[in-house]
Amino acid sequence: MNSFFARKFVVQGIFIVITIILLLRLFYIQVISDEYILSAENNVLRRLAVYPARGVILDRKEKILVQNEPVYDLMVIPREVKDFDTLKFCSLIGIDKEGFDKRFKKVRSYSPYKASIFEKQLSVQVYASFQEQLSDFSGFFVQNRTVRRYPDSIGAHFLGYIGEVNQKVIENSNGFYNQGDYHGITGVEKSYEELLRGQRGVQNLMVDALNRPKGHYADGKYDTLAVSGEHMISSLDKELQQMGEQLMKNKIGSIVAIEPATGEILSFVSSPGYDPNLMVGRQRGNNYMALLNDTYKPMFVRPIQAEYPPGSIFKVVNALVAQQFGLINEKTFFFCPGGYRYGRRGWMKCTHVHGSVDLQASIKESCNTYYGYTYSRMIDHSGIRPVNAYKRWHSAVSAFGIGSPLGIDLPGERKGLLPTHELYTKRFKSDRWGSSYTISLSIGQGELGITPLQMANVMAIVANRGFFYKPHLIKAIGDQKVIKDEYTIKNSAGIDEKYFDVVIEGMSGVVNQPSGTAWYSKIPNIEMCGKTGTVQNPHGEDHSVFVAFAPRVNPKIAIAVVVENGGFGGTWAAPIASALVEKYLTNSISRPKIYMDRLFEANLMPGGPAKPKTPKKVKSDSIKVTERSKKPVSTISKNE
Amino acid sequence: MNNQRSLFFNVDWFIIITYIILCIIGWFNIHAAVYDPENPSIVDLDTNYGKQLIFIVSAVIIGFAILLLDGKFFTAFSPVFYGITLVLLILVLIIGRNVGGNQAWIPIGNFRLQPSEFAKFATCLLLARYLSSSTIKVQDLRTQMVAAFIIVIPTALILLQPDAGSALTFSSLIFVLYREGLSGYFLIIEGLSIVLFILTVLYNKFYVLAGVILLAGSLIYLFRRNKKVITVMGFGVLFSIVFIFSVDFAYNSILKPHQKNRIDVILGKINDPRGIGYNLNQSKIAIGSGGMWGKGYLQGTQTKYNFVPEQSTDFIFCTVGEEWGFAGCFVVIGLYLFLILRVVTIAERQRSPFSRIYGYGVASILFFHFFINIGMTIGLIPVIGIPLPFLSYGGSSLWSFTILLFILLKLDSNRMGII
Repeated sequence: MNSFFARKFVVQGIFIVITIILLLRLFYIQVISDEYILSAENNVLRRLAVYPARGVILDRKEKILVQNEPVYDLMVIPREVKDFDTLKFCSLIGIDKEGFDKRFKKVRSYSPYKASIFEKQLSVQVYASFQEQLSDFSGFFVQNRTVRRYPDSIGAHFLGYIGEVNQKVIENSNGFYNQGDYHGITGVEKSYEELLRGQRGVQNLMVDALNRPKGHYADGKYDTLAVSGEHMISSLDKELQQMGEQLMKNKIGSIVAIEPATGEILSFVSSPGYDPNLMVGRQRGNNYMALLNDTYKPMFVRPIQAEYPPGSIFKVVNALVAQQFGLINEKTFFFCPGGYRYGRRGWMKCTHVHGSVDLQASIKESCNTYYGYTYSRMIDHSGIRPVNAYKRWHSAVSAFGIGSPLGIDLPGERKGLLPTHELYTKRFKSDRWGSSYTISLSIGQGELGITPLQMANVMAIVANRGFFYKPHLIKAIGDQKVIKDEYTIKNSAGIDEKYFDVVIEGMSGVVNQPSGTAWYSKIPNIEMCGKTGTVQNPHGEDHSVFVAFAPRVNPKIAIAVVVENGGFGGTWAAPIASALVEKYLTNSISRPKIYMDRLFEANLMPGGPAKPKTPKKVKSDSIKVTERSKKPVSTISKNE
Repeated sequence: MNNQRSLFFNVDWFIIITYIILCIIGWFNIHAAVYDPENPSIVDLDTNYGKQLIFIVSAVIIGFAILLLDGKFFTAFSPVFYGITLVLLILVLIIGRNVGGNQAWIPIGNFRLQPSEFAKFATCLLLARYLSSSTIKVQDLRTQMVAAFIIVIPTALILLQPDAGSALTFSSLIFVLYREGLSGYFLIIEGLSIVLFILTVLYNKFYVLAGVILLAGSLIYLFRRNKKVITVMGFGVLFSIVFIFSVDFAYNSILKPHQKNRIDVILGKINDPRGIGYNLNQSKIAIGSGGMWGKGYLQGTQTKYNFVPEQSTDFIFCTVGEEWGFAGCFVVIGLYLFLILRVVTIAERQRSPFSRIYGYGVASILFFHFFINIGMTIGLIPVIGIPLPFLSYGGSSLWSFTILLFILLKLDSNRMGII
């Protein structure tokens, strides 16, 4: 043995130590760290989402309002793209070389290995010609998807539209949405998103290093099928809706029709509207911007977002509330000398000198003076302090669904405006104010804001003689036709049934008696009860309002029509409502064609596009103004 | 010598059995690496694992043929082997086939011969013969120069291909020289160089320098009575300064970008799994996803679907790691360690210095391949393309390792005969 024998141990020691280092490192990456297991899954597993069909929305007779249509997305896996005829490719899908480079750079920076969308929503024609030559363009393929299609182009505002999810939605969705998914943004599409979208399925595909599929992971054990979204049966009557939209063409305003017995909305028109198909397809972005910049604001959902002082139709509410308080009854007479004197110098003008007027006539003839006295009784002479009396009045009016959202199944509903006593106390710097300070409220002017939906709901209350169901647009969900519980609950308006007779009698007179303000809108053989209103508009022609229900016995429809810049309620709103009611109840129109054509073709749009848009919320001149002026308050309202 | 003795008289069966087990493990893993689940085929001689079967059978035949030869043959003919190898190494530069940037293969029919593989045992043999001469002392500068010369000539020729991985293999022969009496400082310097190299590449060279001086200074202060320590430290600092600056220069000016990148990736300076670090990253993923018990034979997704490049040759260990898990790796590494320690034991029991030196050469080369290859697949050291002995696919490497090992077995079986 030579002298360096001991070095054997050094050498062996080095070998052993290094081997132990190898084993420790292996133990770390194989057993302790699970980073590599995840990476391996990322490498080999491709989770392909299987998209469910979005739920279809039907009308109340189960006719299709919105359905799905296949479109074709052009996908690309940048790494697999080989040299090809770029020019031919560009001309096939209709882009230029620059656009091609831009898109290609974008998808490649996303991932060279994963498939991403190169061009969205090819048309069927492009798809067909592209598919034939697909083999020339390796790395490209076509994936089909569905988009929304609206066969009759109606109901844009209530159906709403869908669009790609943004980053925030993705983050808040607990992993449900991925980049490029669609979700409901407005309307029913948004409110029922979770039911409509269905359940996505997943295919776990294994791919090799070149991203070629190699079959299902674990023989498809973890794959799931897509579950289609629930279909929705809406409360809408397609034909009524269609006719309503046609009638409102070239007019600004709303139509809301409700079935009083259920709260189902039969018609929901917001005008000007737009073709919902504009919000689908490759031009969506441009269309959207055009609609957004339109001075008439077609994206504004007027039936639930426009707030108007209701005008004379509010007399119906005051008549009922005052009776409920026991302050007037059908035998209460007031004398109308052509106006109502209040405060020291106030004068609320009436349209005519009505002389001695009872409750029924006050409705039929829309006497301002009568409601001036009635309001004064409710606030000043009810035996309690006026402020407290106002509080009582406020809560009674609130029970009609005024001043708070009704809770319709659409996003963006406004609550309207019913001023509280605090507002006035603050304004008058003392709580010692009485009816003369707020006299406009007696005839539905002043600080009131009511949406067309709330107007229609008031009619539903009158039709039902004291109660309403929450107005809603979706009456049944899915195959089981599930109805949401909240829509089966009776809401009381706090008015006893007996007080309705006289009011309804008056409303019947409005339409069915020659002295009524809507006599020209009488429907043969049907007793429609209604009330006209005129919303004062300081910026132009007044807004025409008409609310009604029909038939008087066992009412089937309650309706509110608002035509902005339409003048008197009887001029445009009442004929339109009348035509719709007749159409709904008899499925025919008795009016001569020439009469209907006048309605269809009338153009009430204010001025050119340069002119500022009529504000939705019209504040009439406040009492303060009239108090200061010596002139009679002729500007407060125009009555019919 | 008694010719009546059996072929296997005195042969070390531990080594032969370990060798055969490793070859079989290699064959199964090559099968798994090239296995295509869509076209599962039984043994097919056109595939890698079919060819590997031929290589294994022929390697075993070659091994036993070596046992038939006379032990003195290798001592006597070692300069001839060395000479032939040098000729082949020069030849490959002229007529060789260029595969993947390395001109390392001489095509012979269907197969390709890789002379650098055979240079390993030829160099070992000549080195053993030179150092075993009775007049030689390794401590002499002249001896060190000649020994270095023997090692450097084939190394330089291989570097010309350029095959840095195979060339590096020869650096492992320092263990042989150390065992024969080379100063231990050389080992320390080698270790120190590696540490300094990594630190210099990773951090600012001046910080590293400051650290070295600080460390040496405090050591000198601690041992201020001991003149020897002070001298050694002084030289150490001097060496470090020179080394750090030359590494800095070499790294920034001499290394080719791809070599620099490999080092950067391993040291974590670049984190770009899709680019330069792809091989390494995929290899780590494959092994790391194996877990404790592995995914099972033919069940590895990473290796089966070609995520790992070179998976039947240099990255064969990925298949082991993925399909057999830590347990499998433990067994394979254990077999290697057993084999290498057994080789060292055998070397130490030789009476002839030639056999002992040769034995250490075998152990060093096997260990170097084993450590570099596995270390590379799990990201401990830069990606250096050298095969894993007996497991990697390839005839030249299997044959050369077989020859390397069986010459030792033959020498060992004669250990009693030579005094």
